[in-house]
Amino acid sequence: MIDTARAHRPPVAKIGDEDLERLLLIRHFELTLLKLFEQGALNGTTHTCLGQEHIPVALSALLREEDFVFSNHRGHGHFLARYADPHGLLAEIMGREGALCGGVGGSQHIYHERFLSTGVQGESLPVAVGVALRLKRTTPGALACAYIGDGTFGEGAVYEALNMAQLWRAPLLVVVENNGIAQSTPTSAQMSGTIAARAEAFGVRHHRIATVDLAHIRDEMGPLVAAVRQTSAPLVAEFVTRRIGPHSKGDDARPEQERLQAELNGWHRAYGEAFPERFARIDARQRELVARVAAEVAARPAVTRGRA
Amino acid sequence: MSRAERISDNLNRALHQVMEDDPSVHVLGEDIVDPYGGAFKITKGLSTRYGSRVRSTPLSEGGIVGVGAGLALAGDKAIVEIMFGDFAGLAFDQLLNFASKSTMMYGRRVEIPLVVRCPTGGGRGYGPTHSQSLQKHFIGIPGLSVFEMSPFHDARELLPHLLSLGEPCLLFEDKVLYTRRTYRGGEVDDLFVFDLVGPPPYTARVRLDDGSPPDCTLIAPGGVAHRALSAMRALLLEDEITCQLLVPARLYPFDPGPLLPLLGGTRHVCVAEESTAGGTWGGEVAHHLHRHLWDSLPRPVSVVCSAPDVVPTALHLERDVLVQDTAIRQAVLEALA
Ligand SMILES: Cc1ncc(C[n+]2csc(CCOP(=O)(O)OP(=O)(O)O)c2C)c(N)n1
Repeated sequence: MIDTARAHRPPVAKIGDEDLERLLLIRHFELTLLKLFEQGALNGTTHTCLGQEHIPVALSALLREEDFVFSNHRGHGHFLARYADPHGLLAEIMGREGALCGGVGGSQHIYHERFLSTGVQGESLPVAVGVALRLKRTTPGALACAYIGDGTFGEGAVYEALNMAQLWRAPLLVVVENNGIAQSTPTSAQMSGTIAARAEAFGVRHHRIATVDLAHIRDEMGPLVAAVRQTSAPLVAEFVTRRIGPHSKGDDARPEQERLQAELNGWHRAYGEAFPERFARIDARQRELVARVAAEVAARPAVTRGRA
Repeated sequence: MSRAERISDNLNRALHQVMEDDPSVHVLGEDIVDPYGGAFKITKGLSTRYGSRVRSTPLSEGGIVGVGAGLALAGDKAIVEIMFGDFAGLAFDQLLNFASKSTMMYGRRVEIPLVVRCPTGGGRGYGPTHSQSLQKHFIGIPGLSVFEMSPFHDARELLPHLLSLGEPCLLFEDKVLYTRRTYRGGEVDDLFVFDLVGPPPYTARVRLDDGSPPDCTLIAPGGVAHRALSAMRALLLEDEITCQLLVPARLYPFDPGPLLPLLGGTRHVCVAEESTAGGTWGGEVAHHLHRHLWDSLPRPVSVVCSAPDVVPTALHLERDVLVQDTAIRQAVLEALA
């Protein structure tokens, strides 16, 4: 039994239609993927960002076209918050014509304009430092933004990157989606100390945000992101969040109570209850949109591979 | 005969057995404790029974292989699971420059009973960084032995054998095998039988029931065994070419000795592996056979590999890249044409 009264509904300020549209586009995209898997229409694997959609949606407003975004295995939200191309992404995941990367990369290996994801945890951070150093030279004011999970702090490459970023003043924004779990292992069982103290050890500025309120996130992050641009100093922005879906599919070993609690504390309920009519209208629209995208992409022929 | 066990269950029982039999055995890996029991569930039940000897680790492949080596150096035995064998790249330094070297570089033999298990290979649509066959990158390192699980070998014998060697071992386990069943009792299917030859950990020999000498010999590691079997069947039924298939559990160091008597009279030897071509295990096997059988082999050993490419995610593209039964059959037909 879930104790609804105990669940904390986070307060949220006003939200524009565009933001709600983006949040719900990602939500329906991810739900559709899980459904397609269940139906056997997809193979391989996927990691949905259910519950964490607000982070890239909030940040996308603070990023510029010339910024470079590095994403990870849980990257659909990172992508869709930046590029409104659910067709291309779904085609990539389904191996259909119009796929972003020819069906080769799939869900977790995407390189599109200034967005790159890869499936080996931690690997992208030193690469992001390299990209940031070039941006600093060629496009002053631009930054490299790298999304990583709390679990990825187990990898040594993260520390090598933080050290070099601070040492060489790389305009690097590390966005940590601290969802309290890595696959099945709670953060407490795999991280000693804190992310803040780890950043501090390298002299890297750290900021922690626990709200799901987009306006609040932007207010807090705006000046910090501007500082990364202006002073070429790296920043670790740690978002406290909760995964409300499985790690990949059907592999959630957490008690249902815990998952439900996370759902009740999330942005979906907060905005749904704060702006019921607008939310319902946009929700229905985005559900239909994604259903249409899924039907269209599924009807496309399999992508063929042009080999050089 | 009762229904054979799944290879994943065979591996799981083997792990339970070595932990039961030897209290010095420790198991480390990402997400391996219950109730999750590992990404492929091979470690299920271990933490419930053996408590702190089974550890879910941070995402630190280099670190946990180093910790395993340390436990082993100091008198324990360690088994480390790399969630996807691809990430063994992150542990390469620990294996190359510490674990394997340390057995020899201090002027005397130092025992390091460490087994690193690598779920490996494609065919499941996991994409370029979760589908590779990295065996070849670990071939030729003195002090590092490389093994591969097969449907013919019993992990309950294989795992204790590896732990008894006192040196670091890699055990590759093709992920497509996990859901398949083991072959036991010498029976494969309606056409083929098998036996285990040579010293432990054995080479499986699959052949026609009638004992006639085969036209051709296929050699493949465990993960490619089903594709080799399928090629053998087609070659027999459609091309009237008889084959035997040899599946060694030990890939490196490779001892051709026990296989040589089985190769007399064979018109062709074809090695099939899933890695990309170039510096491969198959090349190593071919080299040994050329040296020993130069005078009697009618033609060079052929090596069939996957395409020189990344492993795409989309299943139809993945199929085009990974070595298939059809490629093995084609190589044999071309050689014997
Ligand atoms: C080097 C490496 N090790 C292991 C994995 C398998 N893996 C994929 S995601 C994941 C958990 C990552 O946790 P976290 O960084 O907290 O991100 P989250 O999944 O919670 O978003 C693991 C172990 C991997 N992809 N790369």
